[in-house]
Amino acid sequence: MKLHRITALIVRHLYLYRRSLPRIMEIFYWPFLDLVIWGFITLYLARYQSQVPGFVTFFLGALILWDMLFRAQQGITISFLEELWARNLMNLFASPLKPSEFLTATMAMSVMKVTIVSIVMAGCALLFYSYNILIVGVWLMPFVLNLVITGWIIGVFTTSLIMRFGQEAEVLAWSMVFLFQPISCVFYPMEVLPTWLQMIAMANPAAHIFEGMRAVLGTGAPPIGNLAWAICLNGALLVGVVAWFYRTVAYCKDHGLLVRVGE
Amino acid sequence: MSTPVLKVSDLTKRFGDFTAVNGVSFEIRPGEILGLLGPNGAGKTTTIQMLLGLVTPTAGSIHMFGLDLSTHREEILRQVNFSSTYISMPQSLTVEENLWVVARLYGVSDIARRVYDIVKKLEMEEFRCKITRKLSSGQMTRLTLAKAFLTDPRILFLDEPTASLDPDIADKIRSLLKEERRSSGLSILYTSHNMREMEEMSDRIIFLQRGRIVAEGTAQEIIDRFGKADLEEVFLKFAREQRQSSP
Repeated sequence: MKLHRITALIVRHLYLYRRSLPRIMEIFYWPFLDLVIWGFITLYLARYQSQVPGFVTFFLGALILWDMLFRAQQGITISFLEELWARNLMNLFASPLKPSEFLTATMAMSVMKVTIVSIVMAGCALLFYSYNILIVGVWLMPFVLNLVITGWIIGVFTTSLIMRFGQEAEVLAWSMVFLFQPISCVFYPMEVLPTWLQMIAMANPAAHIFEGMRAVLGTGAPPIGNLAWAICLNGALLVGVVAWFYRTVAYCKDHGLLVRVGE
Repeated sequence: MSTPVLKVSDLTKRFGDFTAVNGVSFEIRPGEILGLLGPNGAGKTTTIQMLLGLVTPTAGSIHMFGLDLSTHREEILRQVNFSSTYISMPQSLTVEENLWVVARLYGVSDIARRVYDIVKKLEMEEFRCKITRKLSSGQMTRLTLAKAFLTDPRILFLDEPTASLDPDIADKIRSLLKEERRSSGLSILYTSHNMREMEEMSDRIIFLQRGRIVAEGTAQEIIDRFGKADLEEVFLKFAREQRQSSP
């Protein structure tokens, strides 16, 4: 063992961190998120222990739905990263391909991923825990559709950031969606959050879906209000994020970043 | 005189304070091969990137087939393709799979036949089923050339197309380019650091230095104008001048 060779590798990695905010953020990011998520879950269970009917029903349902959102986001971002890793972006953007066609293709990929993952997860939940996701009933489909659109919104947003800031922002592909997890109220109701965070969560379509899911499973109440909120927010945010993607493409072309993003 | 397929007027690109391309104007006529020469940093790559719509010009205009690139992007790019030693293609796909993707992207009809023809033409039969990651650099160059020919373009931008090929394959590629130009009226913008190749291939040559056109004409006209023995000497003159005047 030679110390100089070991330190050479350490220095090689430290060089990366010296100039990369996303990498530094990532060190603190996951512990912080774990703390926030599990903190709110603990708070929820401690405060409402007697009123929480069937943890398994809530948590497994929430977990499966959250994974659909996550895969929808990954379907967009990973498809873009695949092109970046293959240094294929120049081939694509110098072809007649339009940004709208690029987005549509990644969204289609995302739907395929979500469909496959959902079937597998639902099957496993049924097999291992006798949990049937279909107990959510007729509301399952509108919930899933809205979560997929929320996943697209986060995916397009993340893709734009990677396009703008290059490969060093690549970690966002996996981490960005989890920034939305605490305010998506996946495993606990919105009322557990501090008031200021509730205001932010209100603007997140996913939070309304998970609130709706809990309402259906808990009381059987039709989640019309939650769905209406989610649909309106998704519509507005999708339009906004696609417009931002177009702006980012134009910015990258103006600054010559499109041809350098894979380097 | 025939209408130019490509007309570049006063093309300028600035990145902050740095001017990469400065008021460049030129034309390419049907079936013409135009050589774009210049030392590293002269603005060749930025010019090609602007012609491909990858970089937005700061000023000036690009017209191809009589259409403005800024307003007719899809229509123009459907009839244009490029190849460069410096680009890659999806590594996990086979050579044929990559060609199929490109063909679909450009709306090529009868894809199977077209892919078969191009694989045969570029002598790629032995590695057509190979995963792209496993290609040698010469095979990779042939794949990017195949990608460029596959879509039957009217204008081809070639950035050092023979840089990593052995002399035999490089010679075949040059013959193929000349044949395509003869048979289909293909116009080519060609860059290379191989001056003999540039002399052989180009009908006209444009020399770029610090983003400006400093010489234009046939290879012989340029050699005579600067009183040099060959194109390489002219190139060295411009390259050294550029290096000396760099801050």
